[in-house]
Amino acid sequence: MKIQSAASERHVLNVTVDNEPGILAKITGLFTARGYNIDSLTVADISDDHAISRITVVTNGPPEVIDQIEAQLERLVPVHGVTDLTTAGPHVERELALIKVSGKGDARVEALRVADIFRASVVDTTTESFVFELTGAPDKIDSFIALMRGLGLVEVGRSGVVGMIRGAAGA
Amino acid sequence: MECLVDQEVEFVFGYPGGAVLPIYDELFGEERIRHILVRHEAGAAHAAEGYARATGKPGVVLVTSGPGATNAVTGIADAFMDSIPMVVITGQVPTALIGTDAFQEADTVGITRHCTKHNYLVKDPADLKATLEEAFRIATTGRPGPVVVDIPKDVQIAVPSESRASKLTASHRYAPQMAAPAEQIIEAVDMLAGAERPIFYTGGGVINSGPEATELLRQLQDMTGAPVTSTLMGLGCFANTHPDWLGMLGMHGTFEANMAMNRADVMVCIGARFDDRVTGRLDAFSPDSTKIHVDIDRSSINKNVPVDLGIVGDCATVLGQMIEAWGQRKAQDLGEWKARIAGWRARECLAYPEKSKKNPDAIMPQKAVERLYALTKDRSPIITTEVGQHQMWAAQYFGFDKPNKWLTSGGLGTMGYGMPAAIGAQLGHPDALVIDIAGEASIQMNIQELGTASQYRLPIKVFILNNEYMGMVRQWQELTYESRYSNSYSDSLPDFVALAEAYGWKGIRIQDEKDLDAGILSMMEYDGPVIVDCCVAADANCLPMIPSGAAHTEMLLYGDQVDGTMDDEAKALV
Ligand SMILES: Cc1ncc(C[n+]2csc(CCOP(=O)(O)OP(=O)(O)O)c2C)c(N)n1
Ligand SMILES: [Mg+2]
Repeated sequence: MKIQSAASERHVLNVTVDNEPGILAKITGLFTARGYNIDSLTVADISDDHAISRITVVTNGPPEVIDQIEAQLERLVPVHGVTDLTTAGPHVERELALIKVSGKGDARVEALRVADIFRASVVDTTTESFVFELTGAPDKIDSFIALMRGLGLVEVGRSGVVGMIRGAAGA
Repeated sequence: MECLVDQEVEFVFGYPGGAVLPIYDELFGEERIRHILVRHEAGAAHAAEGYARATGKPGVVLVTSGPGATNAVTGIADAFMDSIPMVVITGQVPTALIGTDAFQEADTVGITRHCTKHNYLVKDPADLKATLEEAFRIATTGRPGPVVVDIPKDVQIAVPSESRASKLTASHRYAPQMAAPAEQIIEAVDMLAGAERPIFYTGGGVINSGPEATELLRQLQDMTGAPVTSTLMGLGCFANTHPDWLGMLGMHGTFEANMAMNRADVMVCIGARFDDRVTGRLDAFSPDSTKIHVDIDRSSINKNVPVDLGIVGDCATVLGQMIEAWGQRKAQDLGEWKARIAGWRARECLAYPEKSKKNPDAIMPQKAVERLYALTKDRSPIITTEVGQHQMWAAQYFGFDKPNKWLTSGGLGTMGYGMPAAIGAQLGHPDALVIDIAGEASIQMNIQELGTASQYRLPIKVFILNNEYMGMVRQWQELTYESRYSNSYSDSLPDFVALAEAYGWKGIRIQDEKDLDAGILSMMEYDGPVIVDCCVAADANCLPMIPSGAAHTEMLLYGDQVDGTMDDEAKALV
């Protein structure tokens, strides 16, 4: 029986992979089969010849589990490399969210005012609704959504986190 | 086909069907590759494993889509757990029909995704050659493993106008690290040289790395004088006749191996993976040792047991580096440590009662294995096994002094492995004496392969330790469930002698200890396949044993009480 020792830590992993069929299933399957957590996962083609994708996984677990996750990912043939942004040093994390709010009167005005503070932009409007677009670190999006709950929140779509190391060097 | 010839494939283990007919047609009249027609695809996969394990070369399997592929899955999973190089070619319905629930369609790539090292669905004929080449490279290098190549029928037929060199050869893709950084080697050698109670804990990785690794291990051991133990999969990487050989460790390992592991101050793990069958209770596993772990697979390091120095690299390469770094150093005086070990050895943990309590006339199974070893060892036989008590007795009482002679299903523990594996091993070594030490229950799981051995005139021997029980299950029921033998009795057994004869084999039954040697000798002398139905005591248990969840120091030995029950937490352990 595995004894989970140390406290859970949140880590953001960038995984560079060959863009081949089944790779996403391989990676998500690895997480389920071994009981690792996925908090968010994004994937997109990042090369001009469509050969390579970058997958960003936000996961959590004790340090030794995070180390295993990296080792297990690196073991997969189509995986070129794994960068743990959380341990690599200063980095930026961004997520995009679309948030639909409906309401009239004061609530509507207040929603717009909060959106302004958060620098969310309005990408769709009807007389009784807005769709806001907000980009930022995940906790900023969390707090925006929390505020919208009281102001007629209808639905939320989030992209999941993408991240990058600060400075000139690539990962 | 040309690809397979290029890869120097001698044998393909397979079974035809609709989705591979084009490949079978190419095999017709092909003289460079021999196709071995098994009787069930599970047999093909295990035979390929046996061939690979006995020769060090990759085993090749060819099966049809749907049920052909799913029948092979157990063998694929087995090869994955035990790191056996294997390439499995599966037929698939034509590309246009994929996803339509076509006749004999199964999502082979999906089903095998997590029990292969890698797998492919080849949709474009231009990719076929490069894919097969990469499949062989991946299966055989780094930590070996099974690779599945799923080929739709139309792709098999198409003649590619060009063969794409493909992205697959790109250098960033799959490059296992062979040699370790020099500073790690120096650190390891310093630790080893400073040890007062060192131990080598070796595993299947040493055997997978090739005969050179075995040779180098023996050299390094000679330089350092440290005692050696090994996992089930590593038997043969160090000579059982050497005075510093401790025997196997773990659940059914020797008292001296487990005690030495528990008291060691420096442990060097080479090509083993701290499996639960080896470690017992994790927090009590070798608690005071500084641990060095050499493994080609980084994910094995720190997976179950945190180590002080993890060295990623190939066993032979790293052992060579360590020998060089050791140089002219003199080994420490390990006299005190060896004296303690001698004390543990004196417990004679493998001693067993002369007679069974319930049936004093019956042959003791341990005795049968001991005699089998004594009478066959000059011929350096290749031993395969099924899974159960007989497997553990074979590991304990048969001795191995060379690698590639011991083929067993370790990680997955697959009953039905032994006979097909023997078939594969015999094909790889036509002149060797190949014996499957079997249980009467396990042997029935791939009994159909009797026909394969007959067809190819393979003189394999199946030595059944017939205790009329799924003995290992019965033993656990004694230990955990107050001897409630739920479904562990082997009822309605076939007459194995008659069965052997029905397939054109020779059948021998041994019931009396006085006939044991003669029976074994006539088995060896017979120039053809033989089943020996060796009737043994039904109540013998496999000891020593560390109950699951217990520490290495809490071994049960013969004479200890093994009847009882356990609390629910202990019952939940496997
Ligand atoms: C395919 C498969 N099914 C079930 C098991 C569980 N199992 C392990 S040992 C064993 C009994 C084996 O009996 P037998 O072959 O007679 O060997 P014995 O223990 O009696 O020597 C069983 C059922 C297994 N290892 N593999
Ligand atoms: Mg049995």
